Amino acid sequence: MSLDLKFTYTEKKDTRSGFGDGFLEAGRKNPNVVGLCADLIGSLKMGDFQKEFPDRFFQTGIAEANMIGISAGLAIGGKIPFAGTFANFATGRVYDQIRQSVAYSDKNVKICASHAGLTLGEDGATHQILEDLGMMKMLPHMTVINPCDYNQTKAATLAIAEYEGPVYLRFGRPSWPIFTPADQKFEIGKAWKMIDGKDVTIFATGHLVWEAVVAEAMLREEGIHAEVINIHTIKPLDEAAILESVKKTGCAVSAEEHQINGGLGDSIAQVLSRHHPSPLEYVGVNDSFGESGTPTELLEKYGLNAENIVKAAKRALARK
Amino acid sequence: MKKQSIEQLQKTCTQLRRDVLRMVHAVQSGHPGAPLGCAEFFVALYFDQLRHNPDFKMDGKGEDIFFLSNGHLSAGWYSVLARSGYFPVSELKTFRKLNSRLQGHPATHEHLPGIRIASGSLGQGLSVALGAAQAKKIDQDDKLVYILMGDGELQEGQVWEAAMYAAHHKVDNLIATVDYNGQQIDGPTKKIMDLMNLKAKWEAFGWEVNEIKEGNDMKSVLEGLEKAKALTGKGKPVLNLLYTEMGYGVDFMVGTHKWHGSPPNDEQLAQALGQLEETLGDY
Ligand SMILES: Cc1ncc(C[n+]2csc(CCOP(=O)(O)OP(=O)(O)O)c2C)c(N)n1
Ligand SMILES: [Mg+2]
Repeated sequence: MSLDLKFTYTEKKDTRSGFGDGFLEAGRKNPNVVGLCADLIGSLKMGDFQKEFPDRFFQTGIAEANMIGISAGLAIGGKIPFAGTFANFATGRVYDQIRQSVAYSDKNVKICASHAGLTLGEDGATHQILEDLGMMKMLPHMTVINPCDYNQTKAATLAIAEYEGPVYLRFGRPSWPIFTPADQKFEIGKAWKMIDGKDVTIFATGHLVWEAVVAEAMLREEGIHAEVINIHTIKPLDEAAILESVKKTGCAVSAEEHQINGGLGDSIAQVLSRHHPSPLEYVGVNDSFGESGTPTELLEKYGLNAENIVKAAKRALARK
Repeated sequence: MKKQSIEQLQKTCTQLRRDVLRMVHAVQSGHPGAPLGCAEFFVALYFDQLRHNPDFKMDGKGEDIFFLSNGHLSAGWYSVLARSGYFPVSELKTFRKLNSRLQGHPATHEHLPGIRIASGSLGQGLSVALGAAQAKKIDQDDKLVYILMGDGELQEGQVWEAAMYAAHHKVDNLIATVDYNGQQIDGPTKKIMDLMNLKAKWEAFGWEVNEIKEGNDMKSVLEGLEKAKALTGKGKPVLNLLYTEMGYGVDFMVGTHKWHGSPPNDEQLAQALGQLEETLGDY
């Protein structure tokens, strides 16, 4: 039995490749774009840029704190640094450096974080950061972006090169459906309503946007019409889009590859409790670390796939 | 800026010391010890060495630029910035007060001219200076980047990440200075966490090390900084080991960590100012 999906795909790719390709294109467009990486150039897909612009690329060795500081210094000199490493080492390891030298100092630094979340897979919990969105969204001045597929990640990478200010860009490792258009315009802070619905809203970010698209089709088979909204920008959050949708549907689900504590769902709850109290159910990791496994196995075990979004939607509906 | 005589520069140092003491006294908070010890360095740098423009631009293109990594020396830095024309001297009286541009530790948020990065959390400045130096290289800007760190600050691991990087990437348009006063908050560095042979450490990391043995003597600081400048552009980053005395200029403050972060009371202030002649006019 095949589902009647509103978005489909013919190809899968990792979102980090969307970043790498967007980064190269941004470098071609703007000579001020420079890159840094802490011994993970291949993993971050920064190699093509390095090859084409060797004088604008800096290998820092395994020294993330130093990389963040150097990025701030390059930004002072008018450069637009893209500093790449795994999401864990791009946030928790260097929180104070980002806080003082980037966010508080208002530096035009792009923190590019790959291998975020459970879908990093077999490397396990040491590398599976599930707290990064929370840490980054708490920082004043910081823009936080978590795109959903190769195309959206590429578009986001190009967009942040043109935006002036500190940005945290989160992407991942697994091969993932490419279901958004190649020619999309990425508007920072503007949520994208992907599917219209009337019964419940699913707010999803990152890899879980695809799971939300699948969940919508599953719900529709049962006569439930879900609205799917792609929240690629966690901060600044598109409050107007959130309220407009929930005023119509009356209840919502948040879906993210992140701790429930401090994640997208928390931000949405804040908006709803202030302006339009409504039932909200959370799909996210519930106060635990991850473990080794394949991405699909992990999403299932930790309750982050389409089936779990369907269950959450039904719980939300029951509370209306 | 026209070059000043050693006597004039010394007078400015005395005034800087008065400014620092009066500033921390006024709010009964802040750090007098290290800026008293770095007065000669600050004044030699801003009034003699830097090719800079007090008409401040963040990117510092075509200018020498300075970063203060040990942000708790803010009172001294603010004084030298004001005295060299970055902002009105009268603004020094707002130090550490509500709505001031002169935050407890340096910040860019309030747009105080002369400041390009926040500091206060130790260990980050050398990395920032490296980035700024590399931006200059990309732009083929032949001016220099200066940075001051504390000796206790060198206990932070990030400093050594930056030290390794600087030599590997041949960042030779950078002059870093260590305020080698042998003191930190809890006591002498030798007792807290011995830095051992600093010269050998920096040399082992691939740096050119320039010792300035009389860090509180204007003539020797000027000569030392000239020498450092001559060492740039030769493929190696340059480090000044600046031997200073914490609290220099006030007999009861000199040479002890006790004045790292304690302001003088009224009586102590009067006694200290009695040892430092007002030369350029108090703020
Ligand atoms: C990361 C960090 N840890 C601790 C402190 C608190 N602190 C402020 S100054 C200082 C001592 C620094 O020693 P040194 O660099 O030698 O400066 P000095 O005491 O000579 O002024 C400490 C521990 C800080 N500001 N930043
Ligand atoms: Mg010291």
